[in-house]
Amino acid sequence: MSRKLLIEHAEVPGIASFETYRKHGGYASVEKALKTMSPDEVVEEVKKSGLRGRGGAGFPTGMKWSFLAKPEGVERHLVCNADESEPGTFKDRYLMEKLPHLLIEGMITSSYALGARRSYIYIRGEFMYVLRILEKAIAEAYANGMLGKNILGSGYDLDLVVTPGGGAYICGEETALLESLEGKRGNPRMKPPFPAVKGLWGNPTVVNNVESIAAVVPIVNEGGDAYAKIGIERSTGTKLISASGNLVRPGVYEIELGLSVEEFIYGDNYCRGIANGKKLKACIPGGSSVPILPHYLVTKTAAGTDRLMTYESLADGGFASGSMLGSGGFIVFDEDQCIVRNTWNFARFYAHESCGQCSPCREGTGWMEKVLYRLEHGTGTLEDISLLEEINKKIEGNTICPLGDAAAWPVAAAIRHFRDEFEWHVKSPQEAQTRNYGLIQAPLEA
Amino acid sequence: MKADHPQAVNEAPIDFSAHTMAEINRVIGLFPEGKQKSAILSILHLVQDEFGWVSVGAMNRVAQILDIQPIEVYEVATFYTMFHLDPVGKNVLEVCRTGPCQLVGSDDLISYIEEKLDIKVGETTKDGMFTLKTVECLGACGYGPMLMCKYQFYERLNKEKVNEMLDAMREASKS
Repeated sequence: MSRKLLIEHAEVPGIASFETYRKHGGYASVEKALKTMSPDEVVEEVKKSGLRGRGGAGFPTGMKWSFLAKPEGVERHLVCNADESEPGTFKDRYLMEKLPHLLIEGMITSSYALGARRSYIYIRGEFMYVLRILEKAIAEAYANGMLGKNILGSGYDLDLVVTPGGGAYICGEETALLESLEGKRGNPRMKPPFPAVKGLWGNPTVVNNVESIAAVVPIVNEGGDAYAKIGIERSTGTKLISASGNLVRPGVYEIELGLSVEEFIYGDNYCRGIANGKKLKACIPGGSSVPILPHYLVTKTAAGTDRLMTYESLADGGFASGSMLGSGGFIVFDEDQCIVRNTWNFARFYAHESCGQCSPCREGTGWMEKVLYRLEHGTGTLEDISLLEEINKKIEGNTICPLGDAAAWPVAAAIRHFRDEFEWHVKSPQEAQTRNYGLIQAPLEA
Repeated sequence: MKADHPQAVNEAPIDFSAHTMAEINRVIGLFPEGKQKSAILSILHLVQDEFGWVSVGAMNRVAQILDIQPIEVYEVATFYTMFHLDPVGKNVLEVCRTGPCQLVGSDDLISYIEEKLDIKVGETTKDGMFTLKTVECLGACGYGPMLMCKYQFYERLNKEKVNEMLDAMREASKS
């Protein structure tokens, strides 16, 4: 069984209260950092830990922190991205709902490291009940001297505010989030300048995912080196995985990076296999924006080695036969699911969520949705499949933010691996309306 | 009148309750001096909590409170999908229709509610009790199919649970 560094106490009764959380060792990282470490020493530990951003991009957190500009007399901010909206991802909600003080503790320790004195948690508006939990926990932290002036007598002051979004996937993109936090439409900004130089209200800002900030707590408590010992290669530490789709036991799991995908899907401690005794058809391992894998590439790579839950192993084979760990939104399809229908569904999602700022994304996501609708509803042509590939190439890389890529890549991957199923929808439209295609065969080894 | 109407700025601002105003002042106070606009999404949520939806008159009042142009409120209110810009029923059922929920039966859930309430997605029941909407991913993928109503999540839904939920909502909305 994996070690749990984040959610070990999640189910302890009363753990959402300051008192119980403190009894279980809570706020130790704040004491250690503020009383015995300099801000730079905290940054150093995070660098040593190898922690990579848990929101999806996987960029090293310590390095991101070290880019923060520190001009004299200019305020800096830490902003927590709690706008969890990537389809298939629901881990941050679990963490914040069960362990609000873990996030607050991480915010204090991280803000101290960055020299931020006003920090913000931007949470998606639909999680209003979680916002209330956080508000209550923040009030408790103030009452117990963990927030406000002169925290623990260290001379360090910090104010922390939690504020809601209003329903927009794009606000998970860090510059769109900052626009939204300034009270504007969530249109991503051109970069550079990066938020580390000009972020919230033009001040140097670090934006980190909920889970990344929570991970700073065990990193400071146990040391960056100890954290880096968990995991494999450049995938260090533990990761929260949100498992959804046709599984016996979907839910949020904390795994040590390096666990095999086989064990995660079928193991007794994890998802316990495919629901209703069915077979695995496909898996999207890192949230809806990453490439889908057909069943024969889920537990094994194209080279025949075991596929592991790491940034590297899930990406093994590149876009030809691999995918990405992304946000850890692990979506599992059983043999009765229709890939064309699902691809259309996600295309509709991206068309709905495009902010409309860049033409290739605004128009392209809409076209893809329409073409996929035709294919799914029996009026598509074989040319439509090549048309999708064309549109894809015109979106990819031509937009301000990665939403365009996120919309394009899953469609490209679905066609790459499931072309037969798409063609079947064109050639046998009547039949495609009455039954699903079933499992595809693995291509014969050359 | 809609926010994109040329005369929208002339619509009379409406007043908010004392409770809403107190909450509005609290959320404005969370941000530094001069950055009160950051509270706009919180304020629009509060307005919607009071009236059920966000009218042009309400937006014009928000503009006055924040000391910004009405267009700055319209452009925000029309961008974020949680804000209802038309009157809605007492209970707005927002069913997640995105991939992970679809894999576990959200299409059937939507059809069942349509049949049960005798309305289509986007419509309101004649008695004004329910509005049915579909929304994109609500971050509850492991507990689908699901819907949100009044910020509350109803998860792992089946016909029986939907029946119970609708009855409870009818009961609660009677008063």
